[in-house]
Amino acid sequence: MTPEHFDVIVIGLGPAGLVACRTLAEKKISVLGLDRKQEIGPPKRCAEGLGLAWFKRAKLKISPEWCVHKIYGATLFSPSGSSVTLKSKKLQGYILERKILEKHLAMDAVKKGAKIIAKSDVIEARREPGRVFLRVNNGGEEKQYSCGMVIACDGIDSLIARQLGLNTTNKLVDVDSGCQYEMTGISGYDPAVLNIYFGTDVAPRGYAWIFPKRKDTANVGIGIGGMQKETAKYYLDKFIASRQGLAKGSVIEANAGIIPVGGFLENMAKDSLLVAGDAAHHVDPVHGGGIGIAMEAGILAANVAAEAVHKKDFSEKFLSRYNKLWYETRGNELKKKLRVRHLLEQLSNDDFNYLADSLTIEEVMKIASADLDKPTKLIILGKKLVKRPGLAKIMLKYLN
Amino acid sequence: MGAKNNPQKCLYCGGCVGVCPVSAIKLDETRIAIDNAKCIDCSACILICPVGANELVKGLKE
Ligand SMILES: Cc1cc2nc3c(=O)[nH]c(=O)nc-3n(C[C@H](O)[C@H](O)[C@H](O)COP(=O)(O)OP(=O)(O)OC[C@H]3O[C@@H](n4cnc5c(N)ncnc54)[C@H](O)[C@@H]3O)c2cc1C
Ligand code: SF4
Ligand code: SF4
Repeated sequence: MTPEHFDVIVIGLGPAGLVACRTLAEKKISVLGLDRKQEIGPPKRCAEGLGLAWFKRAKLKISPEWCVHKIYGATLFSPSGSSVTLKSKKLQGYILERKILEKHLAMDAVKKGAKIIAKSDVIEARREPGRVFLRVNNGGEEKQYSCGMVIACDGIDSLIARQLGLNTTNKLVDVDSGCQYEMTGISGYDPAVLNIYFGTDVAPRGYAWIFPKRKDTANVGIGIGGMQKETAKYYLDKFIASRQGLAKGSVIEANAGIIPVGGFLENMAKDSLLVAGDAAHHVDPVHGGGIGIAMEAGILAANVAAEAVHKKDFSEKFLSRYNKLWYETRGNELKKKLRVRHLLEQLSNDDFNYLADSLTIEEVMKIASADLDKPTKLIILGKKLVKRPGLAKIMLKYLN
Repeated sequence: MGAKNNPQKCLYCGGCVGVCPVSAIKLDETRIAIDNAKCIDCSACILICPVGANELVKGLKE
């Protein structure tokens, strides 16, 4: 039996893969999308927050079907409990109902000409002369497909990219371990903003979050550095027990996941292969958000794949232009943000409290922005750091 | 030794698959399968699991 052939096969249909399928279909490229899950969408491994700017970048409609709650900014709580609330147009966004968004993205891609098959686990991918050959377990039955090239959007557990020669394995120091409950019947948080809690007792090398979906319902979660004594679940249960408004609530969904915050893969292309999304470690190293970045990378990969199909050139040399595009569009910015992450990792509870108590909201905004240069930021911090030489040293080293 | 998964605890997030240096773990949709012939007892899958579903157990390789 000759396997069914497509120009491009997209493996993994999270945000990256779905948008890649849509983009290829819009360009009239024959594309098949495969995911091992029985249903596109659930279970989510995600707190579902997406900033406004990403909707335009990913050509995503703002629809009440999947944009279930508007967010106007964020409140950051220091370990001592003091807080700053930041609100600006730039910080606005939505909490999504991801399972609905992803179903919609799948339907949209199919309407434009893509083919999508759920419950299709790609168990083997190998290069053969002039094509890539795939073996797929489709609900217990083996199916075979071939294609000119693969876009691997296979998420954090990306094994297919590894089979095709790109090492997507994460180092323990470079990942955060996350646990989350969607809870209802809760109170004690501001439903207009993302509520974020820092502190080495609350979440060592990470933070706890309450991302509101309604007044009484939210994604309550925690992300911690990858090498702690206790599990993320331990810290999450402790966080919830310590807050009356949460402790009285009910858990309607339990989620886990790891977040590749340690920087993206330097090379994301091989012969007949591009990698996008979590598989390529495409997340924001400061807050761990990856939905928008995954979609952006999915679009870039699809654009390059479409060119490759037209030119009939699937060589690594040709496909490498994806790396360049990625650095220009998002990579260089994320590299800078990685330095901010390293700065945050150095701060003790005391440092955090001190900064939270001594800086005004405007000062925090200025220091966090990418628009100001280092000398200007140091002038803002100047006087405040005189009493704290340790903190000043960290700031000098990592601020960009 | 060898690594063992507790399916009652596991939320099949794929995290352990993402850190296993020898690709000994696979996520079969809602079930973790560990190939202990490949496992090198490095503990990465245990340290990263958000819910503590993996452990190293004696004698899994025999
Ligand atoms: C606890 C937690 C909270 C988060 N909160 C946020 C947030 O609020 N905002 C935000 O922007 N980001 C958040 N993120 C990050 C975000 O969820 C990810 O970055 C995003 O989902 C990545 O999308 P993706 O398409 O790359 O991968 P995924 O969404 O993981 O999709 C990968 C898909 O590939 C499939 N797959 C894998 N292997 C195969 C195979 N061999 N055959 C077939 N299919 C396969 C999987 O079934 C899966 O559906 C969070 C992550 C975690 C863990
Ligand atoms: S990391 Fe833990 S919860 Fe996630 S799949 Fe592995 S064993 Fe299961
Ligand atoms: S102990 Fe290490 S080698 Fe063994 S399965 Fe776990 S991560 Fe893989």
